[in-house]
Amino acid sequence: MLTEDQIARYSRHIILKEVGGKGQKKLFDGKVMIIGAGGLGSPIALYLAAAGVGTIGIADADVVDLSNLQRQVIHQTKDVGIAKVLSAKEKMLAINPELRVNTYEEWISAANISEIIKDYDFVIDGTDNFAAKFLINDACVLAGKPYSHGGILQFDGQTITIDPGKSPCYRCIFPTPPPKDAIPTCSTAGVIGVLPGVIGTIQATEAIKYLLGKGELLTGRLLTYSALRMRFREVPIKKSGKCPICGDHPTITQVVDELDALNVCDLEK
Amino acid sequence: MEITVNGEKTAIEEMSVLSFLQKIDIDPKRVAVELNLDILPKADYDSTLLKGGDQLEIVHFVGGGR
Repeated sequence: MLTEDQIARYSRHIILKEVGGKGQKKLFDGKVMIIGAGGLGSPIALYLAAAGVGTIGIADADVVDLSNLQRQVIHQTKDVGIAKVLSAKEKMLAINPELRVNTYEEWISAANISEIIKDYDFVIDGTDNFAAKFLINDACVLAGKPYSHGGILQFDGQTITIDPGKSPCYRCIFPTPPPKDAIPTCSTAGVIGVLPGVIGTIQATEAIKYLLGKGELLTGRLLTYSALRMRFREVPIKKSGKCPICGDHPTITQVVDELDALNVCDLEK
Repeated sequence: MEITVNGEKTAIEEMSVLSFLQKIDIDPKRVAVELNLDILPKADYDSTLLKGGDQLEIVHFVGGGR
C-alpha cells in the first residue's frame, strides 16, 4: 500500500490510467541498473529516482571532472573530484529519500558484469565505449535480461531496446566492434551538452514502460536522432540468423572483453 | 536508377555497396549497412550490386555516452 506522502508525491503518475496505484507500486518494486554515471546516466538516474523506481544500481569508476559539467547534469561544481557514483547517489536520494541506491565504483568487465546485473529487472547502457557496449549486450543477451542501448557523439544519438530472445540485439546490427581507431573519441569529436538529455530520457522511459508492462518497447527499431537537423528516424531491424550471439549458430557463448574496442573515451584521460 | 538511402530517394548509376559508400564519403569501417531490411555482412559490400528500388540504411557506430 502507498502511504499518504507517496500518493501525494506520485499523484501525477497515479492519475494516469496506464500507471495508477498499482503501476506506481510496480515501479517501487522495480530494480534498474544504470551502467555509467555520465552524460546518459545523469538524466536516467534523476528521472528514475523522481519516478520512484525503488531500487537503482549505478556503476562507474570515474570521478567528477570540471569538463563533465557541461552535460552530466547530476553532478555539480561542488562535486568535482568525488566519485561519480557517490555524487549521483546523493542527488537521487535528495530527490527521493525512499529509494535504495546501490553504487558500484568499478569499471564493468567480463569478470564482474554478470554479477552486477544479476539482481536487476532492466539494465541501461550509459557507457562511452564499444568494449562496454558490446559487453553489456552480451551479458544481457546471455542472461535473458532486457536492456536499453544508447549512444551519443557530437550532435547524433541512437537508442534501441533489446528484449533477448524476442527482439534483435546490438550484434544483430553491429556483429563486431569497429576497429580501434575508426571512430573519433568524445574529447576529439565533442558532444553537444543537451544531447544525452534527449537520448537518456528515452532510455529512462523504456525502463519505466518495461516495469509497468505498458505500451510498446523500442525493440526491432533503432531510433536515431540528429540534433543539428532536428530529426528522429527509425531504422527497422530484424533478428539476424547470422548474429554471433543470438543467431542460429552463436559463436559467443560466454561474456568476454572486446580488448580491441577498449575505452575510446578513456584514452583521453 | 533510383534507390532509397536512409529514407531519402537518390538517383545513382549501377555500382556496388562499397563504391556507393566511397562515393558519399563514408568509411565502411564506421557503419553497418542494411539492404532491404537485412544487415549486409561487411565482406559482401564489394560484391553486392545495388539495384533500382533498393532500400539502403546506413547506420553509424555511435559509441559515446558520457
